[in-house]
Amino acid sequence: MARIIVVTSGKGGVGKTTTSAAIAMGLAKKGHKTAVIDFDVGLRNLDLIMGCERRVIYDFINVINGEASLNQALIRDKNCNQLYILPASQTRDKDALSQEGVGKVLEDLSKDFQYIICDSPAGIEKGAQLAMYYADDAFVVTNPEVSSVRDSDRMLGILSSKSRRAETNQEPIKEYLLLTRYSPERVKLKEMLSVDDVQEILSLHLLGVIPESKSVLNASNSGLPVILDEKSDAGQAYMDVVARYLGEECPHRFIDEKKGLFGKLFGSR
Amino acid sequence: MDLLDYFKIKKSTSASLAKERLQILVAHERTSRNQPSYLPQLQIELLEVIRKYINVDLDAISVNFEQDDNQETLELNIVLPDYQPK
Repeated sequence: MARIIVVTSGKGGVGKTTTSAAIAMGLAKKGHKTAVIDFDVGLRNLDLIMGCERRVIYDFINVINGEASLNQALIRDKNCNQLYILPASQTRDKDALSQEGVGKVLEDLSKDFQYIICDSPAGIEKGAQLAMYYADDAFVVTNPEVSSVRDSDRMLGILSSKSRRAETNQEPIKEYLLLTRYSPERVKLKEMLSVDDVQEILSLHLLGVIPESKSVLNASNSGLPVILDEKSDAGQAYMDVVARYLGEECPHRFIDEKKGLFGKLFGSR
Repeated sequence: MDLLDYFKIKKSTSASLAKERLQILVAHERTSRNQPSYLPQLQIELLEVIRKYINVDLDAISVNFEQDDNQETLELNIVLPDYQPK
């Protein structure tokens, strides 16, 4: 049985797709057979972030409608043979996704995958609700910024009431906080909410902090999940996140300001 | 150092403002999250009935819904205007 993870946030542009791509690659690199599904029907982008946009032939909706088999639609990642991508459809039909259809695809995938990552669209519409409905774990991606924190809290409410686990009185979805685009320098200047502030408001288990980093744009420009950029701070932060999720002890990095040469030498406060 | 601290206080601490605003908002939204969906409509209709008889302000009525383990309470509060003899 696969573990189903939804990457969600409510607000758009906080890093859901970047995170989905990174986490999926991280899990696959650790040897777990992983599938990552784009739930953003009509606005697919995961394929672009994963660098497989030119290999899309069939999509999620084709599989649901029986126009293609799962094996035909799944795209094997070119960097890691344990990773498969199921792209979203570019159809404008909002009702193309159905709860039964999604359930069937996830059930079929569960038979030979260990992890299934559901990349949720922004908002609280059908696509977002279906992405979280069957989840076992939820990664709530949040920016240290008021509207993102508020929307994350709203998503937590939906996660606890409108999921299969909630409706069938099973153990609730495990919720984790992933704070992205974090800038320790601005936190130090008290211009940005700190990790502690956000945790105090949302009271979630912190899975990791991803620093604001140039490497994220560089990675998406070239269609390689940022976790493959092992020298970058964001890449390392995502590797830590994957390790922590898998139960490894891994102290948090990138929360404090990077010390420059001057700081290292003189131990600035 | 003291001189530096003096200037630091004057600097905006927008993060603390953000935190304060969020704490209030999130607490408020969490309480309304568990309420039944008919509550806002109920509030509007109740107000319409009351305004037929008494000239109360739109915000003079508050409907509160509370949930315990074994009971649900619907609390209705109407602030009547001061009595003005004609």
